[in-house]
Amino acid sequence: MSTRLANGGVRIDRSRPLDFTFNGRRLKGFEGDTLASALLANGQTLVGRSFKYHRPRGIVASGAEEPNALVRLGKGDRAEPNQRATTTELFAGLEAGSQNHWPSLEFDIGAINAKLSRFLPAGFYYKTFIHPRAAWKHLFEPVIRQSAGLGPAPTERDADRYEHFYAFVDVLVIGGGAAGLKSAEVAGRAGAKTLLIEQTAAFGGRTLVDPCEIDGKAGPEWVEDQLARLDGLDTVTCRTRMMGAGVYDHGYCLAYERISDHTPGDGRPRHRLWRIRAKRIITATGAIERPLPFSGNDVPGVMLASAVRDYVGLYGVSPGDRTVVVTNNDDAYRTAIALKEAGLDVPAILDARPMATNALADKARGLGIRVEVGRGVASVQGTKQVTGVSICAQAGEGAVLETIACDCVAMSGGWSPVVHLWSHCGGKLIWDPDHAHFAPDPDRPPLGADGSGFVIAAGSASGALHAGDAVESAVRAGRQAAEETGHEPGDEAAPEITVEDEQFMEAVWCMPQGADIKLRSKAFLDYQNDVKVSDVQLAAQEGFESVEHAKRYTTLGMATDQGKLSNINGLAVLAHARDASIPQVGTTTFRPPYTPISMGAIAGEARGALFKPVRKTPMDDWHADHGAHWEPVADWRRPYTYRQGGENIEQAVTREILNTRTNVGLLDASTLGKILVKGPDAGKFLDLIYTNMMSSLKMGRCRYGLMCTENGFLFDDGVVVRLGEDSFLCHTTSGGSDRVHAWMEEWLQTEWWDLKVYTANLTEQFAQVAVVGPKARAVLEALGGIDVSGDVLPFMAFAEGTLAGIKARVFRISFSGELSYEIAVPAAQGLAFWQACLDAGSAHDIQPYGTEALHVMRAEKGFIMIGDETDGTVIPQDLGLDWAISKKKDDFIGKRAQMRSFMRREDRKQLVGLATEDPRTVLPDGAHAVEPGTNAYGHARTIGHVTSTYFSPTLDRSIAMALIKGGADRMGETLSFQVDKDRTIRAKVVDPVFLDKDGERQNV
Amino acid sequence: MSDVMIEECPLRGMVSLRGDFASAAFQKALHGVTGLDVPTTRRIVTHKDGSVAWMSPDELLLMMSHDQADAVVSALEDSLSGEHHLAANVSDARACFRIQGWGAHEVLAKGAPVDLAPEVFHPGEIRRTRLGQVAVAFWMTGEDAFELVCFRSVAAFVSDWLQMAARPGSFPDVFNA
Repeated sequence: MSTRLANGGVRIDRSRPLDFTFNGRRLKGFEGDTLASALLANGQTLVGRSFKYHRPRGIVASGAEEPNALVRLGKGDRAEPNQRATTTELFAGLEAGSQNHWPSLEFDIGAINAKLSRFLPAGFYYKTFIHPRAAWKHLFEPVIRQSAGLGPAPTERDADRYEHFYAFVDVLVIGGGAAGLKSAEVAGRAGAKTLLIEQTAAFGGRTLVDPCEIDGKAGPEWVEDQLARLDGLDTVTCRTRMMGAGVYDHGYCLAYERISDHTPGDGRPRHRLWRIRAKRIITATGAIERPLPFSGNDVPGVMLASAVRDYVGLYGVSPGDRTVVVTNNDDAYRTAIALKEAGLDVPAILDARPMATNALADKARGLGIRVEVGRGVASVQGTKQVTGVSICAQAGEGAVLETIACDCVAMSGGWSPVVHLWSHCGGKLIWDPDHAHFAPDPDRPPLGADGSGFVIAAGSASGALHAGDAVESAVRAGRQAAEETGHEPGDEAAPEITVEDEQFMEAVWCMPQGADIKLRSKAFLDYQNDVKVSDVQLAAQEGFESVEHAKRYTTLGMATDQGKLSNINGLAVLAHARDASIPQVGTTTFRPPYTPISMGAIAGEARGALFKPVRKTPMDDWHADHGAHWEPVADWRRPYTYRQGGENIEQAVTREILNTRTNVGLLDASTLGKILVKGPDAGKFLDLIYTNMMSSLKMGRCRYGLMCTENGFLFDDGVVVRLGEDSFLCHTTSGGSDRVHAWMEEWLQTEWWDLKVYTANLTEQFAQVAVVGPKARAVLEALGGIDVSGDVLPFMAFAEGTLAGIKARVFRISFSGELSYEIAVPAAQGLAFWQACLDAGSAHDIQPYGTEALHVMRAEKGFIMIGDETDGTVIPQDLGLDWAISKKKDDFIGKRAQMRSFMRREDRKQLVGLATEDPRTVLPDGAHAVEPGTNAYGHARTIGHVTSTYFSPTLDRSIAMALIKGGADRMGETLSFQVDKDRTIRAKVVDPVFLDKDGERQNV
Repeated sequence: MSDVMIEECPLRGMVSLRGDFASAAFQKALHGVTGLDVPTTRRIVTHKDGSVAWMSPDELLLMMSHDQADAVVSALEDSLSGEHHLAANVSDARACFRIQGWGAHEVLAKGAPVDLAPEVFHPGEIRRTRLGQVAVAFWMTGEDAFELVCFRSVAAFVSDWLQMAARPGSFPDVFNA
């Protein structure tokens, strides 16, 4: 059984005990523990159930690669599922729970899946649940979802906050082990601005626990010295709890800082996502040990040899009293030695290689440890805890030679460099047959904009597994990064390393080599997704030979650990099954992030009120105080209507319309785009931008204009005002101001750079107020300052002056068909002007109106709305706007497109008005008109759809507009709109102008 | 720890001026009206009565007291008559904030993809960039003191954003080390 040792543990502080709970049980740990080490210290070896078969699972690793120990952390608004116990720092009051079992971790009904595992092989979804079709949705999927899976999603709103941070450095060093520490020093000493990040809470990596001397000092001591050296360099910044998550083009790197995971609720942000631009990135990300594929290698108590060593050395925790070490390399002997030196029993080292004559083996033998060569594990005894291992010949088929009682198995299948960050942006790998791993190919790094490599691998991440080679590569990497970022590195030598020599490992992809199907069906490759050797072999047998296909068919490497432990073993099994070499099979793609990062970190500050910017007009506060019911219009919020007393929304809209048509209404039109176009060629430019002629517009006059894309489709409209000889003010739709401004600039900068034209987006400089209705003139006269009489300021004219003491431009334009003025004043005076209008208008029953009244009134007049009557496929001709398309101009954007045959077809969908047979019935928006019969596909024959539809209080009947095939020739026809299975609305095609076709109301 | 103060500045006069920076007439007009020369790329030049900021290869932002903006526009139009240019009073189009105190660099670095390290970003630099999700421009007015402009419609958003980013205890302390 695992327990806390009396001594040791360089990471823990025994003077600071911490209480925590696991599945409600109160346990004790120390500051510096991870949740995993604290669980083991309390004898908790069973920590979860596997994804598919619900097999009991224990802690396998000691770091980010952990596949099994996924726990639920916290509760309520700080609950988070699927957190790795090995990367969770212990804190007082931590609450953790195991996942994926019912009713309890110890007794799990779902474990029946393990008994059925014969029937649940790779790809069983695709094979088993095909018939009957309906059963998938109603039976199979719900059951599978219930039984498979990880922890449940939190149900409460996250109490924490998150943020981003941008940083720019010469050199980013990822990984704070010996290599990273050394690289950062070399680069920093040369003068390169260097950022060193380490994903755990402490620098040092394996140097803290693996026996080696650096410059004559023990590992932990050297790390301290090295940190002091870095502290003395102004150029170097060191940060812990910060993981390099992804490497992207142009030296862009995302790093994930876990600020307060270990101090929840202390007021600091929980996570910070760093967005780093680095000229060079050094990946000193270390290496990960591989499991060995033998039967029962997932029983709690079977762990990576390096993890066993970590728990003893870093945390003073014994993973078991009696540990059998099984290995194919020298490194695992260090674990046996460490255990022995900690006073624990190591009954045997099983070395799969035919001989073990290395220094470490001699040392082990010298400590009295039994070393068995050419041996492997036939199977592991125990279900929720290892009770023993059966030994066999590695070369054989699994005949048991002997059974050894033990409660821990330390396995080592060799080491794989962590190549993820190297690979994210296209760095290539080479196969190293001596170490049986893929390593970065220094000749094919990820390339930057200048064609040179911008990532340099260092330390064991570069494939240099020997400590001496690792620090040498780190010095080289630091020097290279410094040089390539314009600095001159000194010629300091790599530190002197004293460490035992190692002999080559021997690859073991199946243990024993000739294991039968029974053994292979319990030899796990991917713990988290329950993929076994037999599954990968089955995939190959069934033709899923490509590594990417085999991955998806078996789910190998698809879990939250993304195959950190299983990748190479799985590839090797696949290669073997295909009779191909491992490099031929290749790897699957490494994608960011390196380990999962929180959604909160990705969102950063963008949540709650900061989720999305809301644009507010200068009169926004007034609207809010006066019952505004809001409507989002692009990024703006605008009053949809203003409710009075107990009115509902519909009543409020009706009142606003009738009051505007009878008396006078006031609209906040500040959101309208306002673009100043100025220069000697401004008229010429606008003639190209708009479909109609703008250069002929007289000074002081306004003209409605249309803008089309190159493909002829209408995309924005608005009134153009000629302010002066060479300056025009172009109004755009509320949502279109930025787009239209960018559109104009693009044409000016890329195509018509010879035109002398400047533009400026003045949208926000002005508040704009529409005073609309029969009494509008009276209101403006009461404000005083500008002659707004019909003679001086006729329809479509413009005047400049002072209204109510405020500098103003008055445009006599109308989007409602009423006598109407739009007044632009400096935005800072918008609210004052609005209030002045209300005061002056009170004698005339003035009332503000919102966007819905605006929409209804424009529809009554048959005015189109961009986004309602247009959808990116509509040309102005479809909308009966031929009058706004100049026949005289040689060119305008969209002209040639509109001459194409398809655009000139008579039976295009054209705008019509619709009057329902029952005037009280309002057509649903988007309803389709159908003709009798069916089309080639057996569907109803649709001929068009409703684009705008309202009940008009002015006309006391429903009105609608629609785009109908050949609509122009259908006047008087009655169309059917099937709105439900047994409901059809019939409507007559009429002129879309429902009100005041001659414009008498606005021309007064 | 840090102690950053965020405050919205009173209305400021701002004039957008576009033209050919290389033209002698343009340079003369600018100097005549503002007393300042055309700033180089991503720079802002200042004296006691105002500033001129580089906005793009053919656009400057002139700042002065709010009541002078119209006069500046008129003066520019007079002295640039016959030269192709655009001068517009944009004083009301923007909101302006002051971000001041130890850690001000880091507040902005939380939202702007700009190298804000104090040894890189000095008074005299200006960046037209974004903060969180909105367009902004900022420059320094002294040690640990920035001014930032954004469109007025998003002033409340920017204010909230800055307050959030400036909360005590939330600084990476990489610039302050």
